[in-house]
Amino acid sequence: MFLLPAILVLAIVFLYPIIEIVRYSFSAYQMGSWTFVGLQNYRIMFNDSIFLRAFRDNFELLLVVPVLTVLGIFLAILLYERGRFWRTHRFAVFLPYILAIPVVGVIFGYLFQLNGVINEGLRAVGLGALAIDWLGSPKHSMTTLMLVILWKELGFAVVLFLARLLSVPTELYEAARLDGAGWWRMHWHVSVPQLKSVIRFYIVLEMITMMSWVFGYVYVMTSGGPANSTMVAELYIYQTAFQFNNPGLASAVGVALLLVSGVFVTVQFLMNRGESR
Amino acid sequence: MKSRLAGILKQPVLWIVTLLALFPIYFMIVTSLKTQDSYAVNHFGLPAHPTFTNFTTALGGSHFFVWFGNSVLLTVCSVIVSCVIATLAAFALAKLNVPGAGFWYNLMTILMVIPPVVMVIPLFQFMVNIGLVNTYQGVILIYTGLLLPFSIFLLTNFFREVPDSLLEASSIDGASTFKSLVKIIIPLSTPAFVTLVIVNALWVWNELLISVVFLQDDMMKTLMVGLTVFQSRYTLNIPATMAGLVIATIPILVLYIGGQKFFIEGLTAGANKGE
Repeated sequence: MFLLPAILVLAIVFLYPIIEIVRYSFSAYQMGSWTFVGLQNYRIMFNDSIFLRAFRDNFELLLVVPVLTVLGIFLAILLYERGRFWRTHRFAVFLPYILAIPVVGVIFGYLFQLNGVINEGLRAVGLGALAIDWLGSPKHSMTTLMLVILWKELGFAVVLFLARLLSVPTELYEAARLDGAGWWRMHWHVSVPQLKSVIRFYIVLEMITMMSWVFGYVYVMTSGGPANSTMVAELYIYQTAFQFNNPGLASAVGVALLLVSGVFVTVQFLMNRGESR
Repeated sequence: MKSRLAGILKQPVLWIVTLLALFPIYFMIVTSLKTQDSYAVNHFGLPAHPTFTNFTTALGGSHFFVWFGNSVLLTVCSVIVSCVIATLAAFALAKLNVPGAGFWYNLMTILMVIPPVVMVIPLFQFMVNIGLVNTYQGVILIYTGLLLPFSIFLLTNFFREVPDSLLEASSIDGASTFKSLVKIIIPLSTPAFVTLVIVNALWVWNELLISVVFLQDDMMKTLMVGLTVFQSRYTLNIPATMAGLVIATIPILVLYIGGQKFFIEGLTAGANKGE
């Protein structure tokens, strides 16, 4: 059967690990072998302030999603009119999205240094008050991380929304114009409703991204610091398993992450179901 | 009035966005062409005397070529293997009336959003057990697995669009199922394959977590992992670090400039079909 190779690979890469990680989460790894320890890992996990910090940071990252969505819609609408240079703008805004996260992380790691280019520029235009310690201060590190993620992810939103807008029948816009709607009104009443299903999809996608796809940024820019202010679930799992040699605990966290992602996916699934009914 | 204000503001806003988007890349490229001294005095502007010495430092001082080669090898192999397997599977799901096809298809959409970090620990134990850590085969297997859900998803959607009548005609002509796949479906789905290859290649090339965990040997590292090592070694030599980044980014940049359309359509294709 044609389906066999796929099933085989998927079983190895997905099925087996998921079953195993649940098993590991109930065990501890000592000197090369696993022993069953029941809920011990989970107990440790919930009492570990760094773990709580990690998930809290992931949830904090979720704040980026509404910003991405709103900015994405706004820019997509601006581009929709296909004014001059629209392709240039689209090219530019999408470019960050295809760059490797490590590359982006390293560059911004330098740009955001205390005496780096960004602060230099701010001081030069008299905005020295904004020249904070972007990455070195626990107070600001999360904000900086969010800015970098925003920079990189925005292009996808713009392009996605723009593609959807371009398939909207122009009669809708003409009708609005004939009704005397100004520019803002017209887009509010036509573009935004048309984008509803894409927006919904995008929000869930980005929420999952904030939970599970930010390892690269943190690994390269902050290593979770300073003072664990940018610790995220993926990094916590990675460090616990490979640096602190406690794969049992790391597995428990992994299961937690899996469950949270599962919740998001189920929510999207239910929303889609509701839509098509 | 409001319309006019909006009209005037539109271009400046877009240009600001464009500049903000491009500045870090500009910085990366421009800095890579400066010497350390000229960078120290001039952070922003164009280099007075552009130089390629940083590139020689980057390529010579570490295993850059090796890392680059590793990334290329892994990308090419993973993409090819996953494409082949996905094609077979998608064909089965789209055209061969496999029982439970709906289930498999939905499963793909679920697997697409599982965080790889969850799979890493058990897979690592597994790879250690069968001796595939620090091997290309092990990582290719994992990448293939991770690429399959999206690939199958995309190809199934595309294959469904091929009219059944074409397949019926070819089987009447005596062609085997496999032949129909190769002679009819594949040629008709070229855009899908181009898209898939680009999206998958981009993903593998940029990937960090799996390669950091499974390829620890210095000679086996991928370019992305190598960059993190490179950065800590040359952390004070910013131009050299930038040169390293430029080398890592050039392949993708070139592809993007050449095939912008494919990137955009490919990466949003999954989204549009998934609505």
